[in-house]
Parts: sequence; C-alpha cells; structure tokens
Amino acid sequence: MEVFESDILIAGGGAAGLRAALAAAENYPQLKISLVSKVYPVRSHTVSAEGGIAGVMRDYDSFKQHCFDTIRGSDYLADQDAVEFFVKEAPREIIQMEHWGCPWSREEDGKIAVRAFGGMSVKRTVFAADKTGFYMLHTLFERTLKYPNIKRFDEWFATKLLRTNGGVTGLTALDLRGGKMAAFKAKTIILATGGAGKIYSFTTNGNIKTGDGMALAYDIGVPLKDMEFVQFHPTGLPRTGILITEGARGEGGYLLNNKGERFMKDYLPSKMELGPRDIISRSIMSEIKAGRGFTGPYGPYVHLDIRHLGQKIIDEKLPLVREVSKDFAGVDPVYEPIPVTPVAHYFMGGVSTNLHGETEIPGLFAAGETACVSINGANRLGSNSLAECLVFGRAAGLKAAEYCDQVDLPNLNPNELEDEEKNLDQLLHQEGNERVAQVREALQNNMQEHAGIERTGEGLKKALENHEKIAECFGRISLHDHSKLFNTEFTSLLELKNMLTVAESVLMAALHRQESRGSHLRTDFPTRNDEKFLKHTFITRGASGMITQEKPVTITQWQPMERKY
Amino acid sequence: MATDGTQVLTVQRYHQEKSEPFFQSYELRFHEDLTVLDALQQIKDEQDGSLTFRWSCRMGICGSCSAVVNGKPILMCQTYLKNIPSPVRVTPLRNFPIIKDLVVDIDDAVNKMSDVLPYTDHAEEKPLEDGEYQQTPKQRQKIDQTSQCIKCMLCYSACPVYGLDKNFIGPAAGALAYRYISDNRDESKAKRMDALIGEKGVWKCSFVGECSAVCPKRVDPALALQRLKLMGAGRLAQKVLSNLTEKSHEL
Repeated sequence: MEVFESDILIAGGGAAGLRAALAAAENYPQLKISLVSKVYPVRSHTVSAEGGIAGVMRDYDSFKQHCFDTIRGSDYLADQDAVEFFVKEAPREIIQMEHWGCPWSREEDGKIAVRAFGGMSVKRTVFAADKTGFYMLHTLFERTLKYPNIKRFDEWFATKLLRTNGGVTGLTALDLRGGKMAAFKAKTIILATGGAGKIYSFTTNGNIKTGDGMALAYDIGVPLKDMEFVQFHPTGLPRTGILITEGARGEGGYLLNNKGERFMKDYLPSKMELGPRDIISRSIMSEIKAGRGFTGPYGPYVHLDIRHLGQKIIDEKLPLVREVSKDFAGVDPVYEPIPVTPVAHYFMGGVSTNLHGETEIPGLFAAGETACVSINGANRLGSNSLAECLVFGRAAGLKAAEYCDQVDLPNLNPNELEDEEKNLDQLLHQEGNERVAQVREALQNNMQEHAGIERTGEGLKKALENHEKIAECFGRISLHDHSKLFNTEFTSLLELKNMLTVAESVLMAALHRQESRGSHLRTDFPTRNDEKFLKHTFITRGASGMITQEKPVTITQWQPMERKY
Repeated sequence: MATDGTQVLTVQRYHQEKSEPFFQSYELRFHEDLTVLDALQQIKDEQDGSLTFRWSCRMGICGSCSAVVNGKPILMCQTYLKNIPSPVRVTPLRNFPIIKDLVVDIDDAVNKMSDVLPYTDHAEEKPLEDGEYQQTPKQRQKIDQTSQCIKCMLCYSACPVYGLDKNFIGPAAGALAYRYISDNRDESKAKRMDALIGEKGVWKCSFVGECSAVCPKRVDPALALQRLKLMGAGRLAQKVLSNLTEKSHEL
C-alpha cells in the first residue's frame, strides 16, 4: 500500500481548506502540505455561495456592532470570545483576498463596495456581484498554484481518520482514478469538508455535501457540537432547492404573499425582509399555513419580487439570480416575481473546535462549515460563513503549522490499514436487496419530515426509530458496480454511511434541546429557556451509541436578553 | 406535475476493466422539467448503479457535469431534455482521455491553467493594514468577462486545435491569462506574457471560435486569445530589441 507523508494534511478543498493551505504554505515554506479532496477544489460547494462576505469595512461601523449583531442573531448561543476574534479578523481577510486578486464589486471611487444583509444593522457585506463564493474559491485555488509545497490529491475520497492515544496520525483515502486505497501519514490534519445539507431531501446544497468530515471525526471520538441547529434559507427555488441569494433582499427585494402584501410587516416590521434567516423562514411557513401562499406543482411558495430594482441593477448586482431563475424556474425576475420557499441550507453545528480550530484530539483541526467554534450559535447571519471559512481556515492553518514543530511524523499501524482495506472491500461486495438511492431517500425524507423548521419531541422520537431501521437497511445494500476504478456508486455508499451518522446526531441533539432557540423550533417547547439550555450540546461516540452532554456558553460582554428587533 | 411519458437516452459507456467503449440505451420516466443530469441520476438510482458521471451544484456554477449531448459540449444540469431533439445521445467530452463512462481526465487542462501563473503579484506587497488596491468599476469591467470561467473545460472539448496538438495552451487557460493581464492591480504581466509566447503558447489558435460558442458563461476565450496574440507580438518585439541592445553592449 502506498503511504504518503505530510506535515499538514487538509481534507477538503473549499474556501476553508484552501485558506488553511495558503496560510501554512506562505508562512512555512519548509512544510509539506497535502490537500486531499473528493472533487477538484473548484467544484467545492463554496462555489455556490452567492450574496457576500461580512466584515467591518466602513467608519460608520464598528467591531462591537458586528459582534452584537452576530450574537443576537445566534440567539445568544455563540461563544462570545470566538465572535470577537472572528469580527476582528474578518476585514483583514477581505483585504487579503483583494490583494490576491479577488474581483470584489466596487464603489465609483474604486473602494470595495458593501451591501445590506439580513440581521446586520449596517451595510457591511462585501460582495462580487452575486457570485461571491465562486470568485473567492477560484481566487484561492489559483493562488495555491503559486506554492510548490502544496501538493494536491484531486478526487481522493477520505475513508477513515487514524489516531493513537497521543493524537491524530493520518488517514486512509481512495484514489478514485487509480482505484486504490492509500494511507496518509501526517503530523496534523485539518478537516474542511463542508456541511451536510444532503441529509435533507430539499436543500440548497450540492451533491457532495454529505458531512464526511463530521462523521470521520465522530468515528474517532471527537464531539459534534450543536448539531440540532440547521439553517433553513428563506428563499430557495421550488423543486430544485437552488439558492436565491439574500442579496436580492439586501438590494431591496420584497417578499409577497398571494394577496400581494409585504407580509414581513406582520412579523418583523423593524427589519422587514432584512431580518435574520430563522425568523424570515418561519414567517414564510406561517403565511403558507394561513393559506396566503401560492400553490405549484412542486409545493407551496411565496414571491420574491425584485422587478422594481430594474434591469440595470439586476444585471450588475444580481446576475446569477436572473440566470438561475430563468434556467431553473422559468421566470425572468426583471419581469416576474420569483417563486421561493424555505430550504435546508447550512449547519451551524459541526466538529467542536476552539478558536484556533483545534479539536480535543491533538493534531486534529477543523474549519469552515465542518467545524463548530461556535460563532453562529443557534442561527448564523447571512454572509458570516464565507468570512468564517477564511478567518478560521487561516487560524487552523497557522496553528497546525506551529504544532508541526513539536511532533515527529507518527507511525501508522499496518494492521489498522489492512483492516480498513478489508472493510472497504467488504462494503464494495456486500450483498442484499437494498439499493443506495432508496436508503438515501428514506433517510432524507425522514429528516425533512421530522427535523425540519418545526420539530416536536414525539416527531423526533419517531424519527429516531425510523432512523434505526434505515441504518439497518444500510447493511443490506448491494451495488451494481464492483469495480475499483472511479466507482461513484461505491463513494455514494460511503457518503451515505457518513450521512447516517450526521443525521442521527441532529435527531439526538434536537430531541435533547427542549426549548426553542434560533433555527431550532420545538412546537412542544415554544420559548427559549436560558436557565436550562443556554448550553452547547455535545454528541460523542459511546460504547453503545451516541452520548449527549452539555457544555457552557462563553459570555464576555453581552448578557443574554430577549432577542428583539 | 408536467407531462409524463417515457424517453430513451443513449449513453456512451466505457469501463476499462471490461471492454471497449460501446453505446447503451436506457428508457426513463420523462417529465418536462427533466435535465440531462436528472435523467442520468434517475438511471443510476433506479436501473444501473454503474453508470458513471460527475456532478455537484446542479446550478451551472461548479463545472462538474460537462458532457457532449448530440455532438455539442454542454453542462448537463442546465440542459433540458425537452429542448433536445430525439434520439438523445450523451458522450464524454472530446479531446480528453476517458477514465470511465462520462468521466474524463482533465488534468492536462488544469495544469495549463497553472502554467499561466494565475495570481496577482505586486512589485512591492502593500501591508494589509494599508487597505485595498483601488479598482474602479470601469477597471473591474475589464476583467468581468474573463473572470467568469468556471473551468468546466467545454471549450477544450470544442477546440479543434487542442484536439490535434496538446501543446496548445488552449482556450480557458488563455482566457485566464488574459484575466490577470488585464487586471489593473497586477504587476507580473511580463512574466505571464513570456509563459504565453513560447512554443506552448497562444500562436496556434486559428480563431475558429468554437470555444466561445460553447462557453456556458459567455467568457469568449477566442477574443482573449486574439488579444493575447497582439500583446505577445509586442512583447516578442520588445524582447528582440532588448536582446539586440544587450548584444551591442557586449560588443
């Protein structure tokens, strides 16, 4: 078996992974950095981020204000020391991207432009039209080509993390094109594999968002934090779930019910369409329930109307909105309102880390959507996530590089490698009457039905029962394709295994949290309960299943109070 | 739901371990909103798990699901079956080695992008504390079109020159080079130009324009390559002159 050696191994080639690689490569040219990704980095889901990236860029704004907006948006569950660090670093990262050539949209005088965004009290969202993630991802990727000490392993699928009691030692991965498993020996590993939107049947997320890093970390004993908090974006296209950016409302778009009313006046008159996502999504659901939505072949929806912005603004600032509305909903938003409905979008929870990206296992780091620091708490503000990828990607890259000095290259246990090879071979040839797609669909439907915007204890218990049966089915899946080479049916099976872990952790955490906070709405416990639940939920692997624990939230200067807008 | 019915889709298959490339037809459930990508996924999920193709974002921005449908290179996620005349035949991108079914090896094109040094360099790096480099909307306009490239490689599949001569740098890498050269913030243009005017460079483009015709993001690599040729000619002349001057000094 081939064994590759690296100082830093990064799993995932999206914004967080690439930023980590650049931070380490630029500051520590002597280090060997490996970037392992199941797709070419430019295919990573960062590419679909649209609206922008938040940071304090103007004199009228302040760190304190961005901190407060983020903490209030999080429904007071964010760790405030992490938020302070994040807010201070974000502008620096935006400038760094500019120096690397990222084509931010500009003001007339040549300065970086900013736009309004939900839950942000002033304009502080930097953008590149409405393809911000796309431009960032390509800028970062192209920049990595400058550094010979970053070695890419494109289209390699990570299957298992390796550790000893002393810390992380490496991972195993499948080379899709070579058709073989190989081992990676590393002093440090940074997980940057993104979120897990694909555990829902209706999501903005791309096909690759299957929570791989979360599941791999959980498997070796790292806690997953705050997994019950899943963000439903207010504006996805019916049928496909394709995202229509919050930037559309940031630029002045209206949400309308079937009476043509801007219904947000009844829910959040002070912010209207620019409220935080959890509140807007719930308001849309409430309009639909009250019979004020539209009915279509792919379910109920409301209207997002940007016609009054005019073609010039739309083409200049929201070109992708126009493109995808035409291509995937058959409407041209210059002339017609866009049908939209809430859709699973983002994981506030993830692999528990501190603000340097360190997990509980020495040498193992996580950053980006995979990680939970937490700056997002119970609800993330739009445009904080791209900044999070950069700030914590860099922090993890630098900390990992420092850590490399303190340790020697570990040894891998050959028996463990052989076992993993056998395990993969067994999965590839496993027999039974189930198919990957059926089991995956059962999992997605179960999550959509019971762990969506509204949850109840009863529903979650039922979902856990269903989940157990679905997990049993996994063992009876047989594949059509038994080849080693580029077997995407096999990688779908491995992804499904990861999705099972992530989905169960969401259900367990959601059942545990008997209150409503941010994105987590328990209709059987409709209010926030700080006395009992101003706590992070930790899910850890136990001898006989998942163990749920609580950890305190770090409060610095902002005492929890009623979340009012 | 829209019109129901069935449709036949023919896909070029190739599993190295098994056989030479062959065509396989599948009957699938058709409805109006079905894209070529949806159709393939339906086949993979319900009929044949071994059918192999790449995809992720399904919204025309990640560039994974490139293929050739009825002879034309397209992104499968934004191509609706109802708009394609039957019979529908899906084949892998041309000009790249096939790995399996519709999956091709695009590393050569990715490496060519690397060769054009696609990153801004400043003669003297300004500290981050001093803020951004200015770029007016008008200056940004100059890089707007070429910076839209999603690296889907449809243009390489369409390019007759690259088909015959893998030394040619090709459309997307050319567009990428032009994107950085026309960026007012970049100060390493000469180095990049030198990478483009060598044997592997831009000269081979015969301006057929197929690359621009198939580009799903309207990047217009053909135009970028023409402009690079003009700039390249200037740079060559400059180099010849400076060589002459050096030589005359040596004498």
